[in-house]
Amino acid sequence: MNQEELIPHLFRTEFRKITAVLCKLFGIDHIEIAEDIASATFLSALETWTYKGIPENPTAWLYAVAKNKAINYLNRNHLFNNKIIKEVKQAASEVQEIDIDLSDENIKDSQLQMLFAICHPSISTEAQIGLSLRILCGFGIEEIANALLSNKETINKRLFRAKEKLRQEKIKIEFPNETEINKRLETVLTTLYLLFNEGYYSESKDAVLREDLCLEAMRLTKLLIENEQTNQPAVNAMLSLMCFQSSRFEARKNKNGEMILYEDQDEKLWNAELISKGVYFLHKAAHGNRLSKYHIEASIAYWYTIKNDTKEKWENILQLFNQLLQIEYSPIAALNRTYALSKANGKQEAIAEAEKLKLTNNHFYFTLLGELYRDIDNNTAKENFQKALILAKTQTDKQTIQKKIDNL
Amino acid sequence: MDEYVLIMRHEDGSKIASPEQMQIWMKQTMDWIGGISAQNKFVNGTGLPFNDARVVRKTSSGKVVTNGPFGDIKETIGGFITVRADSVQEAVEFAKGCPVLQGEGNTVEVRKIAKRDSVH
Repeated sequence: MNQEELIPHLFRTEFRKITAVLCKLFGIDHIEIAEDIASATFLSALETWTYKGIPENPTAWLYAVAKNKAINYLNRNHLFNNKIIKEVKQAASEVQEIDIDLSDENIKDSQLQMLFAICHPSISTEAQIGLSLRILCGFGIEEIANALLSNKETINKRLFRAKEKLRQEKIKIEFPNETEINKRLETVLTTLYLLFNEGYYSESKDAVLREDLCLEAMRLTKLLIENEQTNQPAVNAMLSLMCFQSSRFEARKNKNGEMILYEDQDEKLWNAELISKGVYFLHKAAHGNRLSKYHIEASIAYWYTIKNDTKEKWENILQLFNQLLQIEYSPIAALNRTYALSKANGKQEAIAEAEKLKLTNNHFYFTLLGELYRDIDNNTAKENFQKALILAKTQTDKQTIQKKIDNL
Repeated sequence: MDEYVLIMRHEDGSKIASPEQMQIWMKQTMDWIGGISAQNKFVNGTGLPFNDARVVRKTSSGKVVTNGPFGDIKETIGGFITVRADSVQEAVEFAKGCPVLQGEGNTVEVRKIAKRDSVH
């Protein structure tokens, strides 16, 4: 790897580690300082390596420079001398002796603790996602803006307010205690789930960025699994779901970035390794006595990895959606359940059930009705597709619906 | 929106259905509940298995516990679900779809749940 590739690569993998460790050391009040020191470290690398060449062990070089910069900062800064040092000094008599521990273990611990601090119920889910991308995934502001289809200014404001809130609430960067961990884990899982979906369903044109978002969500979920206390069935179920979903990355978009519907996908492009990982984590999720929505969603996603339309497949999917809807209603689950019903019990029954859903502001609803009426009453099918076309917002959705009308 | 409980009563709980028949009923019940859930009208519900069932009855010689609900009374409650509905008519429409009604003499009783926050 030459320097032009190496620095962005290291930035992606090491920035977040340095930031997490420094955040943990400095406390929630000083997230910006941790970010600044991590950024300055990479700036030094850019300047130094250009003249002196790439060091033998670039990562060790970065850690050493980050440590020095952190110690210099601690020495120089009055605020730190007055406030933080007092606490840090309890462990070290001299500032120079402060151990900035960039070992694998401390990096992992710091990232996990930051994950819990960031996914705190006191800040909005949007802000949790933004902060996670910045601090735990090392995304630049512009990348976050692109990924979340927003602009730099909005993201900057959102992150600023979120950090402010974490300060006010005096959130501690620590592992929640045992009684609190399950409640807090719920929020963490929701954030990671949304982070993944943000990538999976994003309209962003940048395919690499979208995939990165999903991979980061999976990496953070793995962190939870590698930790004994958070290695719980629901976490394994969620990782299983993510593996199954991302196995279709290659197959679900064509060269022009247009969506390829499930039925039209080339299953040879499905990633077999991710599917088997999904099965592995689904097995690991199958203990305990609580059935989470992630368990059910992962099981549904498992059945979708089998392309053949069998009675067994659709009956299983239908029953899983029946269960999922009892735990948590969502319009999209209601629509998918009705589609499964048509496959398992026949179109007539599904039409009767679909008419009761009355999700008349949802273009997927009319797309579903169109699908159900196809070959039964093509005029009604067309009417429904046309209603869907009016409600559809994105270009991809409009194209998909137009194709369905043309194929009638 | 009010909540209604739909109580499923079987005319004769002592009749033993074949496992195949049980499986069909189970699917129909799950599809019925799934349909209500898909309209976001399902609140909760449960089946009531016969094992570990008892009936406590007051008699002249004190309180008598019998293995219930079989015995003197034939009619048994098989389960209940709670739904959200705008009116009793809507709740009745849900009840009409209940697979229990395929059995001769079986009933679904629709009862409105008293609001805990109402002024008495």
